[in-house]
Amino acid sequence: MTLSRRRVLMLAAGAAAIPALQLFPGAAFAAAEDVTKMMADFSGGKEPQTGKITLTAPEIAENGNTVPISVDVDSAMDGADMVDAVMILADGNPRPEVATFHFTAMSGSAAATTRMRLARTQNVIALARMADGSVYMDKKEVKVTIGGCGG
Amino acid sequence: MASAPKPRVKVPKTASAGEVIVIKTLISHEMESGQRKDKDGNPIPRKIINKFSCAFNGKPVFSCDLDPAVSANPYFEFSARVPESGTFTFIWVDDDGSVYTDEQSIKVE
Repeated sequence: MTLSRRRVLMLAAGAAAIPALQLFPGAAFAAAEDVTKMMADFSGGKEPQTGKITLTAPEIAENGNTVPISVDVDSAMDGADMVDAVMILADGNPRPEVATFHFTAMSGSAAATTRMRLARTQNVIALARMADGSVYMDKKEVKVTIGGCGG
Repeated sequence: MASAPKPRVKVPKTASAGEVIVIKTLISHEMESGQRKDKDGNPIPRKIINKFSCAFNGKPVFSCDLDPAVSANPYFEFSARVPESGTFTFIWVDDDGSVYTDEQSIKVE
């Protein structure tokens, strides 16, 4: 058998693909459908709109174990203009749900800060559900240098 | 567990009536995610704080459902409206059923 140039290239590409698959076995990370389903459960099937909610996250997180994130929803938090809850999701973690904040009229403003774990570079999604049922969304990509879920 | 979780809470001492203040809370807790394995390859069971809530004079102010993706030593910063003098109570609920609490009073001037 003679090794043609095409065959050599195909073998090389195949060899490169195997370790890449072993590094990220699909089952260990959340599937896109999970994230879509969680968003639908939270919003009651409503299509999220943009605006009102601001998610603040670092562009590059050196340590995925503690990534500071903040959410701020533009709302008077009085009468009908109220934020009911805010859900944070990370679409590339083994389990995408991160935290759900519940606000009341005593909160004064719908803003909260916490620290989260990110397993790898991924999108962080914040969804806000208002008292009238409307849903707003913001999304930030965070590049992670060292993943934060242990091995 | 290394040591009993210790809550730390920062609330301003005084406020004017109706003012919106910022509260910062921190509790020492390893937040074991359930994803890690020990050196023999056995999974380490999940043990996290799954619920945090804050109330002022018995009325709910802010609460949060936590999942394993929240970092160790969970930190929260949130705001609260202060209509009158009173006491903030903070409650953390562990997976094993333990409850950790803290209280801070505030005076309206």
